[in-house]
Amino acid sequence: MMDYKVPTMAEMAARNETPEILFWVGCAGAFDDRYKKVTIAFAKILNHAGIRFAVLGTEESCTGDPARRAGNEFAFQMLAMSNIQVLDMYSVKKIVTACPHCFNTLKNEYPGLGGNYEVIHHSEFLQQLINERKIRPADGQPFQGKKITFHDSCYLGRANGIYNAPREVLHALDADLVEMKRSRAKGLCCGAGGAQMFKEPEKGTKDINIERIEEALSTGAETIAVGCPFCMIMMTDGLKNKNKEDSVRIYDLAELIAQAGNF
Amino acid sequence: MTIIQQILFILSLGIAAWLVSRRILIISKTIRLGKDENLTDQPGQRLATMMRIAFGQKKMFDKPWVGLLHFMVYAGFLLINIEVLEIILDGITGRHRLFEPLLGDFYPVLIGFFEILALAVLVACSIFLVRRSTGIVSRLQPTRHRELRNWPQLDGKLILIAEIVLMMAILTMNAADSTLQDLDNPHYPQTGTFLISQFLKPVFAGWNEHGLVIYERIAWWVHILGIFAFALYVTYSKHLHIALAFPNTYFTRLVPKGEMKNMPEITSEVRIMLGIDNPPHSEVQAVPERFGARDVQDLSWKNLMDAYSCTECGRCTAACPANITGKKLSPRKIMMDTRDRLEDIGQNMLANKGTFSDDGKALIGDYILEEEILACTTCNACVQECPVLINPLDIILQLRRYKAMDEAKVPASWNMMFQNIDTNQAPWKFAPGDRFNWAESLPK
Ligand code: SF4
Ligand code: SF4
Repeated sequence: MMDYKVPTMAEMAARNETPEILFWVGCAGAFDDRYKKVTIAFAKILNHAGIRFAVLGTEESCTGDPARRAGNEFAFQMLAMSNIQVLDMYSVKKIVTACPHCFNTLKNEYPGLGGNYEVIHHSEFLQQLINERKIRPADGQPFQGKKITFHDSCYLGRANGIYNAPREVLHALDADLVEMKRSRAKGLCCGAGGAQMFKEPEKGTKDINIERIEEALSTGAETIAVGCPFCMIMMTDGLKNKNKEDSVRIYDLAELIAQAGNF
Repeated sequence: MTIIQQILFILSLGIAAWLVSRRILIISKTIRLGKDENLTDQPGQRLATMMRIAFGQKKMFDKPWVGLLHFMVYAGFLLINIEVLEIILDGITGRHRLFEPLLGDFYPVLIGFFEILALAVLVACSIFLVRRSTGIVSRLQPTRHRELRNWPQLDGKLILIAEIVLMMAILTMNAADSTLQDLDNPHYPQTGTFLISQFLKPVFAGWNEHGLVIYERIAWWVHILGIFAFALYVTYSKHLHIALAFPNTYFTRLVPKGEMKNMPEITSEVRIMLGIDNPPHSEVQAVPERFGARDVQDLSWKNLMDAYSCTECGRCTAACPANITGKKLSPRKIMMDTRDRLEDIGQNMLANKGTFSDDGKALIGDYILEEEILACTTCNACVQECPVLINPLDIILQLRRYKAMDEAKVPASWNMMFQNIDTNQAPWKFAPGDRFNWAESLPK
């Protein structure tokens, strides 16, 4: 059994050390019960790969994405500026995060406020680790030949053009990757972006996550892979609505890799 | 006789030019109501984008068959204009087929080429008309999309019918012309038969010379007056994209789609509030009169040019998750409403000696409903789909800023989220001190 370590930036600074990367956990990763499992899986992977990383711990705040997209630029800039102060205090250079919303905000929107970092989404980072053979997820082979479909999140895909990295990660599992009718640049939103996560949907004929889960189920995949906490929550709700929680599973890319590698 | 025709022609050319330029002026005036936005960086990249998307029709080929048909109409439109140049010069000088002596043997080849294009346009427009009039394409159905009811759906068909009529005029005009050449009418220089219209000559068999001349003249006038009317009509129609697609793709935003525009007018205030610095009084940016956008004047000129460039194709709406699931939001409607508002303001300015007199209306509320902008998931599907690189999302987000910051009117649950962010630095109600608790469940 491995000892898992999750050092904080403050600890590292006290020891006069600097990590290779900062793992930005995000609010969902820190507080949502389901997504905490993803955070833990990713922390385990980082440990197994021998990456010198750190987290901000209680010094992290929301990046401000939901506030900004709901129109509250004041709240956004307050959060962004104080996050930038913290990041710069620790001279952070490289950030990895499992949340496409955090990723997009840190990467594309913080520079406008003076925060410049190299920001990587965990799907890209996992792909690198696999390519460099720092982790060997397929050793356990629990997914060999199993049908998996990947749900593109808007903030990873259309917003930032990352379509291949998550698929490459899934390929490493030796799984049978099936695509939904709407995928990649044509992918359908889970319904949570733009701060929809934090309010009831407007009146319509259907909820967006139901439309999307129906499409995912129609592929016949027994595993739905996601790379975003919001997508995870929305798709899980959809699955419950369809009473399919027992036959179909939803996992984040990091969980799949950790499971495959028996981490 | 020809001198009267020449006078009439020059007169109608003048009137058409005057009417069209008046429209261009009022349109550019309303676009310039928008705020500054600097979109002139990276000219090379911009030119390449315009060549690919507008000139090369790249996105139209996302749907290969439609792309091909549209390309036929587009190429026909661009190239047949060379022939229009001849027609205009003929009209002014009272000559007939002015380019014939200059081009010699090449002339019938050129006209034959134009005739092929004319036939292609005719076929494509007929297919489009059938496609638009039957229920096969959901995004073009007014029963499914309320923004298409009345004028917009008629507009879509009128231009197709106009193109069909114009192309028939060219082809039959050439057929009557060839028949007159066979009769050695002195006004019609011998050019030899034309590629397509030769097959229409049987229509004119048995006509006398006088009748043929009259038909040829009528077709000529219908064609050229039709083009003048078309040019004016386009400025009122979704077909304005034939001109604006070019500048609109050139001036597109060249940043990742996920990046939301910054509000520098807020930054200095936030810096003071956070105690980051205390700039001298003179450097503090003046508080803007409004946060976000309430009306078109608060949007940028590019948002407004977007609105005039919209072809109402509905590709955005067909991809919009909110619209797909029956919500009121339709990104196409956002663009159409913005344009309608601009048109109303333009009319208002015309009626008030060039200045806008407040009509008590606003883009949000009177044209676009709050319910629409609230439903947007900011997924960028609309931005991805648009064949002329329009960004409906940018407008939606600016309207939201107005609602959230200027009016402080957002759903209660969003207010709660704002509060949580204020007190807990997270959108959910959790204590910041618990942020690191997840690590405790890792085996140590
Ligand atoms: S960004 Fe908004 S308007 Fe555009 S497709 Fe997505 S939900 Fe619809
Ligand atoms: S915004 Fe673009 S995609 Fe939408 S209707 Fe207009 S032209 Fe078509």
